[in-house]
Amino acid sequence: MNLALSDEQVFLREAARGALSRLPTVEAAREALDGNPDALPDLWPTAREAGWPGLLIDEAHGGAGLDAFDAMLVLGECGRVLAGVALLGHLPATAILSASSPEGDAPGAEQYLADLASGERRAAYLPAQPPDDVHENWSTDPASGFQRGSLPTVGVGGRDLDQNGRVPVSGSFAFVPDAPGADVLIGVAEQGGKPVGVAILAASSPEGDAPGVTIEPVTRYDATRSLGHVTLEDAPAVVLDCPEESLAGAWHLAQSLIAAESLGSVETALDVTVAYAKERHTFGRAIGSYQAVKHALTEVLRQLENGRSLLYYAGWARTGAPGEFPLAASAARSVAGRALDDAARTMISVHGGIGATWEHDAPLYFRRAQLSRRLLGGTAGATDRVAGELLRQAA
Amino acid sequence: MDLDDTPEQAAYRAQVRGWLDEHKREAPVLQGEGALQDEDEIIAARRVWQGKLAEGGLAGVTWPKEYGGQGLGPIEQVICNQEIGRAQVPGILDAIGVGMLGPTIIAHGSEEQKTRYLGPMLHGDEVWCQLFSEPAAGSDLAAVQTRARQQDDGSWRLSGQKVWTTNAQFASYGLLLARTDADVPKHNGLTMFVIPMDAPGVTVRGLRQISGEAEFNEVFFDDVALDESALVGGVGNGWGTALTTLMFERVTIGLGSEGLGYNSARFAAAIAGDAAARRDPEVRHKLGEIASELMAVRFTGYRTLTALQRGQIPGPEAGLAKVTIVKGAIAAGDLIADVVGPDALAQDSQWAYMISFLPGLKSAGGTEEILRNTIGERVLGLPPEPRLDKGIPFSELRSKEGAAA
Repeated sequence: MNLALSDEQVFLREAARGALSRLPTVEAAREALDGNPDALPDLWPTAREAGWPGLLIDEAHGGAGLDAFDAMLVLGECGRVLAGVALLGHLPATAILSASSPEGDAPGAEQYLADLASGERRAAYLPAQPPDDVHENWSTDPASGFQRGSLPTVGVGGRDLDQNGRVPVSGSFAFVPDAPGADVLIGVAEQGGKPVGVAILAASSPEGDAPGVTIEPVTRYDATRSLGHVTLEDAPAVVLDCPEESLAGAWHLAQSLIAAESLGSVETALDVTVAYAKERHTFGRAIGSYQAVKHALTEVLRQLENGRSLLYYAGWARTGAPGEFPLAASAARSVAGRALDDAARTMISVHGGIGATWEHDAPLYFRRAQLSRRLLGGTAGATDRVAGELLRQAA
Repeated sequence: MDLDDTPEQAAYRAQVRGWLDEHKREAPVLQGEGALQDEDEIIAARRVWQGKLAEGGLAGVTWPKEYGGQGLGPIEQVICNQEIGRAQVPGILDAIGVGMLGPTIIAHGSEEQKTRYLGPMLHGDEVWCQLFSEPAAGSDLAAVQTRARQQDDGSWRLSGQKVWTTNAQFASYGLLLARTDADVPKHNGLTMFVIPMDAPGVTVRGLRQISGEAEFNEVFFDDVALDESALVGGVGNGWGTALTTLMFERVTIGLGSEGLGYNSARFAAAIAGDAAARRDPEVRHKLGEIASELMAVRFTGYRTLTALQRGQIPGPEAGLAKVTIVKGAIAAGDLIADVVGPDALAQDSQWAYMISFLPGLKSAGGTEEILRNTIGERVLGLPPEPRLDKGIPFSELRSKEGAAA
């Protein structure tokens, strides 16, 4: 029995905290909302220096060969300071590529992985939900409303488009994390009724020309979150030889990463609010001595600790019990998402009126909570999958 | 990161499993076909079974060897609990005695007390009960009013009332916290006693709960005579002795919480059979929320074990797990009964029993409010609420409380 951080993991976490502390990420979040998006620091050089782009790529390809839990530790640190490092898009994409057998006749495939590992190139994951006990088909987040979309399709008959063996893919993805500026888009498409992994070069790649790929940057409520609507019109795609469970695994990995990131934000919200509750006095005593305030804060702690336990579950399950990874990652997302909702609201209310003002940091964490809750299938989607997995197991 | 046994733990598990394989046919049957029905027969059979578990080294796992235990750690205790659960046999009858009161006597008792009481306790020959809580002293345990007065010959006379006393109806002895000096601040005037439950003046009355069953008792003391050998830990040291018991109580609850059976798989199974419910978005959402938190508790338990294994004190997650379990199980009971309908509330329904049991469990071992106070103060470092009882002699407190009201 060992559910504790190794020395290496403690070091990874502390190094991430140190690297991110040198940048004014929280202040930049407010400035960007004030109409100055250039205030947001480019964190990719920081990520490259720390080796984060290659966390999940094996050492033979220049990566660190680590696992999901290590990535979660880094995302947690990003969440603490609202740092928009493009890992939520990059890491699940590299997981798909790492799980794919390199094509014998695809020159440069190995080098490509190495470039993603070093961060020379950046990938973005095209999120798609695997089927569950109720939904037979894969689905995607809608640009608006409640009706989920379907996977993009590989062109008629899956005919080759060019001499490099690439095939045309058409379809769209909404609110893709870290899509603007990515060199390559990696995700799932439908080919002959089956899900296949695809890799598509984006316009900002060094190769430049990316016919049929449009990425429309979108900002919603939280300026630190880089999002894009991706439209593919006969976009040339390399079909990856990737098992379906690894394609599904990328979705669950993304769930666990956004869970970890959310819990990092909860940590800060709790720390800041507890400190204030100790120093602010009313009616002759610190407000943290009142049960109403104390119990609201222990409720945040309760949800934070539950979320932490589920990160351990997800981190362990991905390799220790892969059959449980969908359940574990969804549960982590569900608890972490609700924890951040509650923490952000508690942060505002314990601070009183000042907590709801532009100058305070609380609204920034609140904005992070509001948007995170509705990305990548939503917190509610993860909660539903927890039920679905359990009901399937019980049947 | 792994959930595996070390080689030593695996060897211990194999040893426990081997013993259970050999002896589980001797265990009393409490559920299903051929189950014992008569309460007295059940208790008698479980006493005998506890004796066998003790012979096999499966009771008192963490007790020192000199007192009949195995001298092992909390991890081995958990492995033993897991294997007993796996073998589907009852555990020890006197979990309170062996888990909490015995360790208190080991820590604070005299050599005579250890020699006299520990062996029969471990083997189930003499069951014990914990006489701490009173009608007006639960979360604020140091407010106990049961009064022991020393006589000229050095003996003691005891009067008062205890409540929530599990197993008192068949216990041989109780460990009792009494006030021996009302003219000092309340934590200072307490003393711990061993009391024979068959002493003249002791009356045990079953306390029926929501389910209709009486799992607890009220115990009344009317001028009960005790001699000096009944003192545990010395006069005026009762609070420190009680804290030892409460520490072991937390460990016992923390390591045994899986045994309550409030887990996500069981709750999902209650709904999975209903084709309409299992596709209903609202049912699924509620189940997903409840199950996520209960799954977290399982891994919180593993985190606690990791800490214990490394010789560390478990963190706040251990204390908050009880809040999560109770909250989750209450929500699950409501959800399942909504899905099943009134049949979930039938007399013999497991869900009716659970639904009835949980409102009381919310306060058991400390109310949710006092638990959140403790964690808010000890873990988050928030300031305590102002208190009216600090430094005030207990005898003056009642009038002060009246004035404040």
